[in-house]
Amino acid sequence: MIPNLVEFWEMIWPNLGRGLIVTLKLSAGALLIGLLIGLPTSLLRVYGTRGMRAAATAFVDIIRGTPQLVQLFFIYYGLADAGLNAILVNLGFPNGFLVLEPMVAAYVALGVNSGAYQAEYFRGAIQAVGSGQLTAARALGMTRLQAILHIVLPQALRLAVAPWSNEAAYMVKYTSVVSLIAVSDLFGEARRIMSRHYNQMLMLPLVGLVYLAIVLLITWLMQHVEKRVAIPGVEVEAQRA
Amino acid sequence: MTDQTPEAPIVRIRDLHKRYGDLDVLRGVSLDVTRGEVVVIIGPSGTGKSTLLRCINQLTRPDSGRVWLDGVEVTAPECNLNEVRAEVGMVFQDFNLFNHLTAIKNVAIGPIRVLHMDRAQALELARYELERVGLAGKADAYPGQLSGGQKQRVAIARALAMKPKVMLFDEPTSALDPELIGEVLEVMKKLAQEHMTMLVVTHEMGFAREVANRIVFMEGGNIVEEGPPAQLFYAAQHPRTAEFLGKIADLYGDEQGSSG
Ligand SMILES: Nc1ncnc2c1ncn2[C@@H]1O[C@H](COP(=O)(O)OP(=O)(O)O)[C@@H](O)[C@H]1O
Ligand SMILES: [Mg+2]
Repeated sequence: MIPNLVEFWEMIWPNLGRGLIVTLKLSAGALLIGLLIGLPTSLLRVYGTRGMRAAATAFVDIIRGTPQLVQLFFIYYGLADAGLNAILVNLGFPNGFLVLEPMVAAYVALGVNSGAYQAEYFRGAIQAVGSGQLTAARALGMTRLQAILHIVLPQALRLAVAPWSNEAAYMVKYTSVVSLIAVSDLFGEARRIMSRHYNQMLMLPLVGLVYLAIVLLITWLMQHVEKRVAIPGVEVEAQRA
Repeated sequence: MTDQTPEAPIVRIRDLHKRYGDLDVLRGVSLDVTRGEVVVIIGPSGTGKSTLLRCINQLTRPDSGRVWLDGVEVTAPECNLNEVRAEVGMVFQDFNLFNHLTAIKNVAIGPIRVLHMDRAQALELARYELERVGLAGKADAYPGQLSGGQKQRVAIARALAMKPKVMLFDEPTSALDPELIGEVLEVMKKLAQEHMTMLVVTHEMGFAREVANRIVFMEGGNIVEEGPPAQLFYAAQHPRTAEFLGKIADLYGDEQGSSG
């Protein structure tokens, strides 16, 4: 039994390892895309004109209100629609412009989805900083942009570390949906092995443990980040209040 | 004892109106403040005192009326408000210190970002301003590590570092524990002795009596009465003034006898 297991491990390890790397790349990429979408969206939601606020709110509500799997399928299968492609070709776009590679569709779908959630985390953090400090900065003669950049954001980003680390941990697990559009991520590789060897009772706990290990590692890392960026005296003040 | 000088007023306010929805907050306020003068504004809450101060540095835009600062009309549409605000110091009831910055950086950030002062020079200036408010030893403390009185003194230093032409104080001691009020009033008194032009909204009648050149009593968006402390405290022309001062004495205690 034991030698068998070792042999089996040696057989599946290269595939699982490749899948793990895909999962990590996808998680990191989607989190980054989400950050690039989420932070500006949150700023528009708090500081934008009426129209900007409405647009940002609509984006966040639509993404958060629909299943991630529907979004993924929409990006991968929906955008590849033949009729849509014909229209785009007529408009001068190259043929198959929105027919995305599975990996590209995965980055887009997970990134956009994360963007909406991150926008909410950042919005909460910005609002937690409060308007008093912004007013004080304006009273010194800072422009609105200076006040946001130098006063509000440095504090909001610190406050966002805790929810952001949750988002990172969720993301690693959420990426497993991409095996449904034929991306060979960790779960995709595990499914392939299972379909060949019928060993779900081994593979599912094993792959679950790998996800768990990554999540614990991220949580641990982010706790260190949180401590590092903490503002002295702020916890003390929060306890007093 | 006279507050009449031939000089043009440093703050000139004419017929200021402001309403929020159905609420008439300012109903035609006019006021001149001379260079070096300390004007204390008193009045019931909700009377438009904060709104009046915020109209001076245009944190609030009035609906009509005009405001000049040192001869420059700040209510003119072409006026650069950031430049105006850089010349007007403001101290808030809730301090509004920048929580992620140490005391010295709270004071230095205005000169660095707004006046584009060299970093080292700004920190040196900040150290000097902290010393002026008696907080040289707290330069590297964060706001969360300071008492309310210390926070407010840092906030005063932050405003002073911009070398303002006028200082606006909006109930600077109202959020403080009673035992911390004195240290803030001391700093303000010192500023007055150094001839800083100051507009102070406060309920601290001891301070008003001792430091103000003029007291302005506001009610319902109007200036009801103004004059030197002696007039308002002992010879008020308007019954509402006497009534309000009586109420304040009951509420906050008459501090006439205190050493102040
Ligand atoms: N931004 C605002 N929006 C709506 N109402 C306001 C706003 N600012 C002040 N007010 C109202 O205007 C009135 C006067 O306010 P304020 O100038 O702060 O009075 P004071 O400082 O004398 O207490 C209050 O009733 C207040 O609620
Ligand atoms: Mg007020």
